[in-house]
Amino acid sequence: MAIKTEPIVVNIGPQHPSTHGVFRMRVTLDGETITDAEMVIGYLHRSMEKLAEERTWTQNIPFTDRMDYLAAMTGNMAYCIAVERLAGIEVPERAQYLRVIFAELQRIASHAMANGTFINDCGAWQTPLFYMFREREKILDLFEMTCGARLTLNYMRIGGVAFDIPDEFMPALQALVDELPDRIDEYDQLLLDNEILLMRSRDIGKISAEDAMNASLSGPMLRGSGVAWDVRKGDPYSIYDRFDFEIPVGHNGDCFDRFIVRMAEVRQSLSIIKQAMVDIPPGKHCAEVPLNFRPPEGEVYSRIESPKGELGYYLVSDGGPFPYRFHVRSPSLINLSALREMVIGQSVADAIVTLGSIDINVGEVDR
Amino acid sequence: MAEPTRAIAGSDIAERLGRVPEAVVETGAISVTVAPEKLVEASRFLRDDRDSDARFLNCLSGVDRYDYFEVVYHLSSLAHNHSFVLRVRADHEEPEVPSLAGVWHGAHLQEREIFDLLGIRFIGHPDLKRMLLWEGFPGHPLRKDFMSLPSGKSPGLQRFPKEDPEKWGGEFRGD
Amino acid sequence: MLSNWYDFRDLGNPVSRLIEGLEDAGVSDGWIYVITGLLGAIGILTFIGIAAVINIWIERRVIGRVQIRRGPNRVGPFGLLQPIADAIKLIQKEALQPKVADGFVFTLAPIVIFVPAILAFAVLPWGEQMVLADLNVGVLFILALGSTTTIMIFMAGYASNNKYALLGSMRVIAMLISYELPGVLALLGVVLFAGTMSLSGIVGFQDFYWSWLIFFQPLALLIFLLGSTAELNRTPADIAEAESEIVAGFHIEYSGMKFGLFYAVELVNAIAVSAVIATLFLGGWWTFGLENVIPGWILFIGKIYAVYFIFIWFRGTLPRFRIDQLMAFAWKFLLPLAIVNALLVAVEVFVWTEYDLNAGVVLPIFGVVNFALAGVLIVAFGRMIGAAYERYPKQPMMYRDIDVPLPEPAPA
Repeated sequence: MAIKTEPIVVNIGPQHPSTHGVFRMRVTLDGETITDAEMVIGYLHRSMEKLAEERTWTQNIPFTDRMDYLAAMTGNMAYCIAVERLAGIEVPERAQYLRVIFAELQRIASHAMANGTFINDCGAWQTPLFYMFREREKILDLFEMTCGARLTLNYMRIGGVAFDIPDEFMPALQALVDELPDRIDEYDQLLLDNEILLMRSRDIGKISAEDAMNASLSGPMLRGSGVAWDVRKGDPYSIYDRFDFEIPVGHNGDCFDRFIVRMAEVRQSLSIIKQAMVDIPPGKHCAEVPLNFRPPEGEVYSRIESPKGELGYYLVSDGGPFPYRFHVRSPSLINLSALREMVIGQSVADAIVTLGSIDINVGEVDR
Repeated sequence: MAEPTRAIAGSDIAERLGRVPEAVVETGAISVTVAPEKLVEASRFLRDDRDSDARFLNCLSGVDRYDYFEVVYHLSSLAHNHSFVLRVRADHEEPEVPSLAGVWHGAHLQEREIFDLLGIRFIGHPDLKRMLLWEGFPGHPLRKDFMSLPSGKSPGLQRFPKEDPEKWGGEFRGD
Repeated sequence: MLSNWYDFRDLGNPVSRLIEGLEDAGVSDGWIYVITGLLGAIGILTFIGIAAVINIWIERRVIGRVQIRRGPNRVGPFGLLQPIADAIKLIQKEALQPKVADGFVFTLAPIVIFVPAILAFAVLPWGEQMVLADLNVGVLFILALGSTTTIMIFMAGYASNNKYALLGSMRVIAMLISYELPGVLALLGVVLFAGTMSLSGIVGFQDFYWSWLIFFQPLALLIFLLGSTAELNRTPADIAEAESEIVAGFHIEYSGMKFGLFYAVELVNAIAVSAVIATLFLGGWWTFGLENVIPGWILFIGKIYAVYFIFIWFRGTLPRFRIDQLMAFAWKFLLPLAIVNALLVAVEVFVWTEYDLNAGVVLPIFGVVNFALAGVLIVAFGRMIGAAYERYPKQPMMYRDIDVPLPEPAPA
């Protein structure tokens, strides 16, 4: 006798137990396996694209922090680079080196948070998260030393950076750089051989290289699937072509591969910071940009490699003080394109782990 | 040594798209404007052709240019490391553009967002509904004629015209 | 032996004097039974009450230390008043009850779930004469109590009238039932080795042969420890209350002091299981003669907290299993190991008693053999049935430059 079963619809609600923000997924369950998943976003929509059309180009820089609030430096940098390309502004050398140092520091902080919350989703009661937050605290202290804020930094300006680094910055950075490799080894030791973590994240949330490219995934998601593409190497912006670093690429495309890709990227960021610290020249920290800055008419699409993926800005200017169109190609939103395909056929616990491994930031998804 | 991504010139794109008849309407410096009817065919050609190999859709954005809408597609090839820009024009009254969700899966969410904020309908999209704003929101905010907070007016409910409860299956409570 | 009544190293001494005094005064046997029973129960309940309160503090501070932070340290010196603050908070909350829930069962479940936890303490020997109920089937009694907890969890989940609570409680029942089998078989090994099911008899065995059973039964200890982690709904097996999954467990609809009772019973259960482990494997009150100096029951409490510390350590360090991985672990890994262990112990005991060998020679050999076999079995068997996850590459490939291949040309 066949038992009549009916699928139930379950809300993985906007109040998410894992720290991803207000994101909602409605899954249709048949027993324990998911047959359909639909995501509902827009809980954090702040209409930044519309607001930016009424503020000057420089006034829009604080908006860029608040979209991906966990990686504010790279958000700032993407916008400033886009505007500089549009207007043809040359950035002084010292500012370029400072930008690279801060962007890589931000990448370390963001990946620490991403990996920590990923393991939190796998069920460890926040122990690795606390350990990784030690480094993030030190990095945020460095940020506070330089620009006064920890999270919404507003540090980069069109043509350079806002402030020059204080005297105590370099010794503190050197101390951090000396101690970080041991810490990363400690995390590798604690986490990479952990059988439970492997069982929870291996072969979960798999996506092949072809599908990843077709779905416009970028960042650790694309690299985890085996596609060796990094905007810093493929389309070098700022002075990244002067540094010697490698890009980590995963084997399988599952959650564990993205996890190890992020850990390896932290090591590579560290090596970039060490090289930049040695070579940084004295000089001005910002180019002279007029107060009523009006870039010429035209449009630009420029992208950088943010910790979440390819962060691009499509800016259209009509010669006025305000942008005509301010469009953000947000990596978190586009990385979510693949969520449904990755999640169908797995159980709910795996869906949570998959969502954690995509590393979304709802501020960026909704803007 | 790393080189930046080459932006393929507009004439070059037009030449490649010569294989798709009557696709190109206008040729710009680094972009081509494609006829809407031939959009899907042209993009599929660019994706599958081994020389162009535009398998990666970077960005899909919509711009409101007062007289017409414009949808801009930035494509790139990760293997050859070059990029293309395609544009499509749409009418301002009833904007409709064929959907590229079948060609690149990454176009799904971006087309929904453009529909939500600009009101351009994408024909052939499997699930075209509002994404960032709620069903029943009056109007499309990113259009140039949707008022934000015009200077001189005080903020308040008069910003938004009255919503239509039928659209979202509810009713106003305590109105 | 009857020493002075004020010899508090064994609290059975004043009680025995009391019994003698009452018998001399002519009180009937039934009344003596009731009075001594009451005294024992009051003692145990005092311990449980204090332990439930202190455990909250210990658990939070130790987990804080594992996570390189301090635990609660605001409420009172060193946060010692934190459990009282928690209790007050839970008491003053409104204990909501959904209208569609089955009211009687809903209220009954958290009360009844306390009963097995407290009953388990009745058979534990705290000293040489300090056993409240010296059952000669003590081990069986404790295992049976573990099983009854299952039905109470189902009562809680079913009475909530909430499909997620029901699903969560059904998952938990499946898990609890699967983890009882390896636990029972592991303890079977212990019982065979010691020759008696009575807990005070097992402690007496350890006293007689002057060693702890952990030296002879490491595999049984490991299996029982892991099985108990699942029975207690603790990480790594805490799918019942997994926060980061939507089916949040059987106590999803409980709030206020009813939830407080579930919370407390989890802690008391942990203490009960730690006490059982301490009795069976770590010698109970017997510690190589140290109990002549320090009272045996204090050493016993120390051992309880040592085992509890291991439970907290697991919780702080390990991530959580998925439900099907958890069942696979019980049925495919723990159960065969437990069966092999029982078989091994049976052979050893047979050899020992049949040939009437000298214990001093044979027991160390048994210990060494058991340890070696435990190590070999765990490693080899784990390799055999585990998925080959550890043989996957652990480090990503490093590329110096971008390298994306063109797609394969489609066959013409």
